[in-house]
Amino acid sequence: MINALVVLLGFQLAGEVVARLFAIPIPGPVIGAGALAAVLIVRGGAGSEVRTVAQTVLRNLSLMFVPAAVGVIEYREVFAVYGLPVVITLVVSTVLALASTALVFRLVARS
Amino acid sequence: MMPDEVSSLWVYLSERPLTWLTVTVSAYALADRVALAAKRHPLLNPVVLAALLIIALLSVTATPFPVYFEGAQFVHFMLGPATVALAIPLVDNIATVRRSALPIAAALAAGATVAVVSTVGLGYLFGLPRDVLVSLAPKSVTTPIAMGIAEKLGGIPPLTAVLVISTGVIGAIAVTPLMNLLRIRDMRARGFAAGVAAHGIGTARAFQVDPLAGAFAGIGMALNGAATALLVPFFLLLLG
Repeated sequence: MINALVVLLGFQLAGEVVARLFAIPIPGPVIGAGALAAVLIVRGGAGSEVRTVAQTVLRNLSLMFVPAAVGVIEYREVFAVYGLPVVITLVVSTVLALASTALVFRLVARS
Repeated sequence: MMPDEVSSLWVYLSERPLTWLTVTVSAYALADRVALAAKRHPLLNPVVLAALLIIALLSVTATPFPVYFEGAQFVHFMLGPATVALAIPLVDNIATVRRSALPIAAALAAGATVAVVSTVGLGYLFGLPRDVLVSLAPKSVTTPIAMGIAEKLGGIPPLTAVLVISTGVIGAIAVTPLMNLLRIRDMRARGFAAGVAAHGIGTARAFQVDPLAGAFAGIGMALNGAATALLVPFFLLLLG
């Protein structure tokens, strides 16, 4: 497990350093994920230890969003002030984005 | 124990990060068990269930959010390494991803555009003020990218963070019934849509449903982060 933690934290740190050095507006962890993917493709896949830890972490990815979701109560006045228009905008546009993405994916995949 | 001993113990515990870290992990463990028992029914989203439990507890105990976050930050911090971990399912499915390059590109262009245009368009029709429109525009992408976009273009970053989380929750709940309604069974398409429209929370949902959907959701989230950063300034320019 320790080696897997070194890999995940190390690539996140490297990503943060690259984002800062070159003033890239992409979050460090995303750059780190890209770099790790590149390394793993060259190496021909992840070792079993890294894979096991990654799978466990990703199966419980929902847990990591809980503190931020609780944080929404800090800004409950947002919904009090702009209320229904904001809620309707969020729901309708999210449904439209989901539908259009999946439909175009299938349309192009079939042709 | 005497009542005042109990209350002084609580005063002590309520200030400890350990208490709120334990509460966060326990609430999630309970929420996830409920979601699993309900066969991952989309309405019983574990993020929402856990957050509601914790919000109730914070309000009953009159605990301010910053005190809660002292403990919860350790879980929140794990978002970084978890994002790096997305590389593993991507590499595991790299052959499928390569074969899907064309549908990925087309679906990204469609989804990123529809997300921004429908959000800004609807908000404009509702007469929302410009700073709120700017804060809404990047709502489908992961929080740090969305906050960066909002900040650069004159939005309100903390408002964006709330709208991003809300969008993630809406997408994670809507994706399964919507895809069933549209009769889309392709896990690549379902996962990719969840990542593009509902970033990490949609991706978390995808990983709980199917590993291939999770891999494609991770790709969708990363690509839409970049696409939206390019699109939002352009559409706001059109809006004048």
